[in-house]
Amino acid sequence: MSEPTSREQTPLWEVFVRARRGLSHTHVGSLHAPDAELALRNARDLYTRRQEGVSIWVVPAGAITASSPDEKDAFFDPAADKVYRHPTFYEVPDGVAHL
Amino acid sequence: MNGPFDFTLGLGDDALVAAQRLAEWTTRAPEMEEDIALANIALDQLGAARLLLTYAGELEGAGRDEDALAYLRDDREFRNALLVELPNGDFAVTMAKLFFLAAYQLPLYSALAGCADERLAAIGAKARKESAYHLDHGALWVKRLGDGTEESHRRMQSAVDEVWPYTHELFAADPAAPVDPATLRPAFDDTVGSVLAEATLTKPEGPWAPAGGRTGVHTEHLSYLLAEMQVLHRAHPGARW
Repeated sequence: MSEPTSREQTPLWEVFVRARRGLSHTHVGSLHAPDAELALRNARDLYTRRQEGVSIWVVPAGAITASSPDEKDAFFDPAADKVYRHPTFYEVPDGVAHL
Repeated sequence: MNGPFDFTLGLGDDALVAAQRLAEWTTRAPEMEEDIALANIALDQLGAARLLLTYAGELEGAGRDEDALAYLRDDREFRNALLVELPNGDFAVTMAKLFFLAAYQLPLYSALAGCADERLAAIGAKARKESAYHLDHGALWVKRLGDGTEESHRRMQSAVDEVWPYTHELFAADPAAPVDPATLRPAFDDTVGSVLAEATLTKPEGPWAPAGGRTGVHTEHLSYLLAEMQVLHRAHPGARW
């Protein structure tokens, strides 16, 4: 058989699930599917069968632009010594319990 | 058929045998994702079967529980429609069977949800959401294979042609039943007509309408299925995990 396998024909999709109202969609994994509608159905079966979510996004893996591990230092290290970016230099007034 | 016991038993056997057939795909489906989808659908059917067979046992009043009904009857005592016992064939045949079954079960369970029998109404209310998903899943594959490549179209049309005659039995009139199956036919025809049209498939015609499942006269395929399903319980009655 010279035909490509189904795995080669079906693109990869990244799956994001919102666990409940008020939370953001969180990346939970990826799957193969021939089109977006099937990707959504497959995601429902693979990632929400134990009531993990109330909403699903699927995104073609190729549509995601990711930072490269090689760029890790340039991307993230400069933030390491800038503690003043953390909101820790002022007094929290009494009575503001949930700031 | 004769009264709510036979009716409930028939629906329970439809679900049980459909579950067993679908479970045969486990580890063998064309894709891992589809493998899990089919197993999920099989488990939905098994869940409905358990509720229906348990209730059937109570209606009968002879002390038979779901296990007694599932594991200790022979093929002539099963009341499932022939459609669900047919072999899986290729993936297109499985999808044709799934699609036709769900297109029947969805209006059936929806009607049951509003029927006078409270137990059947509760079972219908639970199962119809699952059936809606089964219908969605079957329909989307029927469309993709029918309106796909030349080869997938050929196989899907051949699967529809092969399975179609067995759908007629599902709608045999039974005015005394909690829901008369004959009343479900228009909803079924609507669903099937629109999906097949979208799938560029031709709805089969012809008078052949094999039946007999509801009276215990089955194809030769059922006893092999039951042998595999029942062997453990018959060899080790009451075996538990």
